Amino acid sequence: MDFLYNLLIDPLVQIFTYPIFALEVLIGGLLSGVMYSLVALGFVLIFKASGVFNFAQGAMVLFAALFFAGFIDTGLPWYIALLLTIGVMVLLAMTIERVVLRPLVNQPHIILFMATIGITYFLDGFGQTIWGSSVRVLDLGIPNNPMEFGGVLINQFDMVAAVVAGTLVAALAVFFQKTRVGRALRAVADDHQAALSVGIPLKTIWAIVWTVAGLVGLVAGIMWGAKLGVQFSLAMVALKALPVLILGGFTSIPGAIIGGLIIGAGEKLAEVFWAPAIGGGIEDWFAYMLALAFLLFRPQGLFGEKIIERV
Amino acid sequence: MLLKKITLAAVSAAIGATALISVPAVAQEGGQYVPGTVYRSGPYAPGGIPWADGYGDYFAMLNERDGGIGGVPILYEECDTAYNNDKGVECYERMKNKGPTGASVFQPLSTGITYALLDRLRSDKIPMITSGLGRADATIGSVFPWVFTLPVTYWAGADAITQYIKAEEGGSLKGKKIALVYHDSAYGKEPIKTLEALAVKEGFQLDLFPVPHPGLEQKATWLKIGRQLRPDYVVMWGWGVMNSTAMKEAAAVGFPADKFIGVWWSGSEVDTVPAGDAAKGFKAAQFVLPGKDFPVLKDVRTHVYDKNKGMGKPEEIGSVIYNRGIAAAVLSAEGIKVAQDKYGKKPLTGEEIRWGIENIDLSPERLKELGLTGMINPVKVSCNDHEGGGDVIMTQWNGTGWDTVSDWIKPDRDGYLRAMYEESAMQYAKEKGIEPRDCSKE
Amino acid sequence: MLYREAGQFKTTYSADQQIFPILQDRIGFFVTMAVAFIAIPMFAGDYLTQTIFIPFLVLSVAAIGLNLLTGYAGQLSLGTGGFMATGAFAAYKLATSFPDLNIIFVFILAGLITALVGILFGIPSLRIKGFYLAVATLAAQFFLLWLFNKVPWFTNYSSSGVISAPPMSIFGVFVTGTEASHTAKYFFLLVLVTLLALAAKNMVRGHIGRAWMAVRDMDIAAEIIGIRPLQTKLAAFAISSFYCGIAGAAWAFIYTGSVEPLAFNIDVSFRILFMIIIGGLGSILGSFLGAGFIILLPVFLTNAPHMLGLNIPVDIISHMEVMVFGALIIFFLIVEPHGLARLWQIGKEKLRLWPFPY
Repeated sequence: MDFLYNLLIDPLVQIFTYPIFALEVLIGGLLSGVMYSLVALGFVLIFKASGVFNFAQGAMVLFAALFFAGFIDTGLPWYIALLLTIGVMVLLAMTIERVVLRPLVNQPHIILFMATIGITYFLDGFGQTIWGSSVRVLDLGIPNNPMEFGGVLINQFDMVAAVVAGTLVAALAVFFQKTRVGRALRAVADDHQAALSVGIPLKTIWAIVWTVAGLVGLVAGIMWGAKLGVQFSLAMVALKALPVLILGGFTSIPGAIIGGLIIGAGEKLAEVFWAPAIGGGIEDWFAYMLALAFLLFRPQGLFGEKIIERV
Repeated sequence: MLLKKITLAAVSAAIGATALISVPAVAQEGGQYVPGTVYRSGPYAPGGIPWADGYGDYFAMLNERDGGIGGVPILYEECDTAYNNDKGVECYERMKNKGPTGASVFQPLSTGITYALLDRLRSDKIPMITSGLGRADATIGSVFPWVFTLPVTYWAGADAITQYIKAEEGGSLKGKKIALVYHDSAYGKEPIKTLEALAVKEGFQLDLFPVPHPGLEQKATWLKIGRQLRPDYVVMWGWGVMNSTAMKEAAAVGFPADKFIGVWWSGSEVDTVPAGDAAKGFKAAQFVLPGKDFPVLKDVRTHVYDKNKGMGKPEEIGSVIYNRGIAAAVLSAEGIKVAQDKYGKKPLTGEEIRWGIENIDLSPERLKELGLTGMINPVKVSCNDHEGGGDVIMTQWNGTGWDTVSDWIKPDRDGYLRAMYEESAMQYAKEKGIEPRDCSKE
Repeated sequence: MLYREAGQFKTTYSADQQIFPILQDRIGFFVTMAVAFIAIPMFAGDYLTQTIFIPFLVLSVAAIGLNLLTGYAGQLSLGTGGFMATGAFAAYKLATSFPDLNIIFVFILAGLITALVGILFGIPSLRIKGFYLAVATLAAQFFLLWLFNKVPWFTNYSSSGVISAPPMSIFGVFVTGTEASHTAKYFFLLVLVTLLALAAKNMVRGHIGRAWMAVRDMDIAAEIIGIRPLQTKLAAFAISSFYCGIAGAAWAFIYTGSVEPLAFNIDVSFRILFMIIIGGLGSILGSFLGAGFIILLPVFLTNAPHMLGLNIPVDIISHMEVMVFGALIIFFLIVEPHGLARLWQIGKEKLRLWPFPY
């Protein structure tokens, strides 16, 4: 009985007794969610354009952050480091397209998925062979002090991250809607063959998509790296992005953002108010369960393309 | 094309087979083989690297300065476990029979690997030192003859931290609130039992906050601590990225850093430097003090680094975890030395070294000889007490280095810890069907 | 010439339906068995048995389990580690609650409990497909590990949450605990694996295996020809989890002797998925080949620099190891996406004619 009370009633009592605190948790959760979305965006871009579930996105986040922080540590000014890292990411995208994707064209999705796990291992090892496994500090000068708006605490760092994510999504939207390359990308995403037949170079497009995903990874890597220090654990943010991805749908950019907000807010509220009844530390699986619950109603995610099956 | 594939498969199979047959073919010449089960890769590498450097450098220094221990050169070899239990077991199995007399002593630097090795050590007759980690109840040497917990266990650490908080609070903890933020694994759970016992005894309220591996996300935890619970102190049992994340989140919710105390694995430069300003004022319990001026480190510099034989960067010398690696190596080396005094100056077996470790007596005079005075407090091991009665000291991060903020604190072992060790060890003995040996006869 | 089936006539249905209808395959099978049962225990030292053969056998069981689910029934799962943990903890609870229970029953019951858990987490597969399902199975992975970490009942209230296997014997010979010899462990596992593999082989040849493959190839079409997706998919989850559960129990009891839940983390799930992809999806033989490959590769990579006489720092070795591992995976996928089992088949085709060109 006590257990049920703790699980079902007490959390609600708490929320209504401490509405400000609940609001803080909610805002904190939404902002955390934005950080997850930053990583999830990279997944979406690649899946949308090539149907590849790119598990290596997490590794690309780490890889980009390692190079950026590494270049800065060698004494380069930040803008040169940034340019160099962008160069590395472009090179990486081209290599992946040439070495991995092209030979595997027309293979089943699971094989491509496995290949991206192979890429994950390779990048983890490669990045650390070059830059070592020690933790690197990446200071963006964003203040980290508590800040209150009318008694509600807001994390400054996360606010900045949210602004960055918003800018990124806006930029991606412009890129996809307004530019020539963006239109080509959308065409490829809709139908590979049709796109090919109107003369869109598929290989170039894939290289571009992987580059864009790499740059999104770089932004995510810089934000997460500034938060945690650049180290191997950064690659694990991918696991936080996966529930966001299935909740929002593999193919939708707004889905990645909305999914991130739902997952972030959901898991934080659950951790703070419901977890004590069952022992705490539930964030990891709760995000997946939450996504699963949504999937039962919409098997393709909130904004995913409807799955049509024909015999 | 087909033929090519098959040839390819056959060739790789052949290479694989050769690799396996030629496995145990390293360093067989005379000397004492010391295995280093370290981690320089994986999610916990930032903390593992300085320890591994310190551990290896000390043996290198002994070889350069004294020609080994008692004239027997040390054959030191590393194996990377990546903080992964399976890899740790693989390293152990690979290294246990190497060298003329087999592995002398293991120090796995991972509570998980410690657990995985417990059974194997007993049948292979190799000792293990878990210096400031591992199973606390292994202090009971009659049940765990092969495991040594010197100089302190997590339980003793938790007690010392509580003693420090009590002194800070003017001698009473009644009605105070202490929160424990811990890595949700075998390691992080170790102090809970002790703190629960202390909460009853001292009358403070204990709240537990598990953080799942690897600890990237702690916002919910810290909102709860900083905005709702508002405890008087937070104690942390973290490792890896979890530490710096916690410091940042604590600062973001405005929790004062000087009321935030970490165990020794949560208080080192690899945690505080990435956290930046957020870490200023953070306190950590240590059983080995950081600092560059201890005589032993001078020897490491002149005999190892000046000859370009160091494992790490010279700047690393004197950092918290590096010094802990040095101290850990001292314990291994001292065990070998004591065993040599009894069994003769030649490469010794694990069984003989076990006796040596059990008779370690790091008195103040001996510490001075070793150049460790002030870095670690005296330890004396016996058959019944594998912890050796080490002490804990509190340090505080000032933004660039660590200041000592307390005297050496003696954990209250006689009061209740000893009884807890015994109870837990006896339960283990019963579960495993171990007959405790009689220490009064040795 | 060597692998010629011409002239081997079958006169009865039972002869036609045996597992190895071709004489050479039968010989091959018995030779393998002879090597496994006689040569390996005689010649393999402690190190090889303990670090290669025992984990190889344990992980082959898990790989067979996942291959039944992913390779045959087409349901991609990333929850293998969670199911293995379930098996390990169920076996621990059973072994400590009923100390007199024979280890065989402990393992079978642990497998059955895992099968139930598998069914539970298999239910979403009726609605969710492909990568959505794969990510959803991660829910099982994370939830189960959290559960065993969090509920002290599962670990008999051990303060650290680590379970260690009590000494258990079969026919008076210890197979777990300190007294157990490597050979005893190896034999016990070998018998277990042989039986489970034969069972799996027969299952995939029977109606249930055919139903799985129909669902894998197109589930709507399968439904139309009268295969019930509910029963078929859930059976796949149940049987797959049964195998994974036994593998987990064997991992905890026989290989490591003691585990904490983190030992079954997501890396384990990925490793086993690698095994079946490298070995060959939809092939029992492939599960063994893949398990062998994934276990030998890191050992080989760690030892290779020593062989060549190079003295590389261990951290570089570790990083190179990860790198080469990833690169080899990609390489294998490109060269032969259908896995080692397919290579084996190609080899057999070649041997049919070899050494003659036609």
